[in-house]
Amino acid sequence: MARALINVPKTAKKGEVIAIKTLISHDMETGYRHDNVGQAIPRDIIRLFVCTYNGQEIFRADLHPAIAANPFIAFTTVATASGTIEFTWTGDNGFSATEQATITVE
Amino acid sequence: MTRLRVTRRDALILGGIAAAGAASLTPSAAVPGQMEAAIRKAIGDAKVQKGKVTLDLPPLVENGNSVPMTVTVASPMTAQERVKAIHVFNEKNPLPNVISAYLGPRAGQAKLSTRMRLADSQRILAVAEMSDGTFWSDDVEVIVTIAACLEEP
Repeated sequence: MARALINVPKTAKKGEVIAIKTLISHDMETGYRHDNVGQAIPRDIIRLFVCTYNGQEIFRADLHPAIAANPFIAFTTVATASGTIEFTWTGDNGFSATEQATITVE
Repeated sequence: MTRLRVTRRDALILGGIAAAGAASLTPSAAVPGQMEAAIRKAIGDAKVQKGKVTLDLPPLVENGNSVPMTVTVASPMTAQERVKAIHVFNEKNPLPNVISAYLGPRAGQAKLSTRMRLADSQRILAVAEMSDGTFWSDDVEVIVTIAACLEEP
């Protein structure tokens, strides 16, 4: 299981714009490198990142090999209600990781 | 016949003129084929206007393996008037796409940060798609001293 770091404020006021930061450990192998015997290393990247807030999608991103290893993605959303924010990364070779964060909205 | 003597100082001056000439001849506005094709594939044949978008990248990059990048778009981000998507393209990496982000109506602010790879000194272009169907862009020239994709494991 890949290690992921999530930064979501624990509490927020209703209607406040909150910053969400995510980082996941992944090599993002480009497919353009060779190993020490000259064999091409096949591409192995995260292709899709999706964020849902209480089950509703709020952000989605298609990633390409030009994204650095250990992809960092930061974006914003409006704090509407208390609940769960879920993050899903999917990629090559059946890669899939899910993380959750809870937020209390006053 | 007099021998033409080129001193070190002359050589430096001539080199400087040549470099300046070469730089001014490079068409900075031209989008190379691969990048143009990727843009068209992502947004269709819509007209892209310059403005509204701010692409933040360090102008001088020491290590191309991980370059912080931030795209912000000036938009009220209301349900009617908002940014729907942000696409980032590069000129000289092996593949022209970097990231395509799709923002929901509850984004609050059109701001995206990530870290990208740069294989060479090049121009990076960010395009924002608005809910009214218009497209806006910003581009930045970056100089890279250590390129990504070179080191072998």
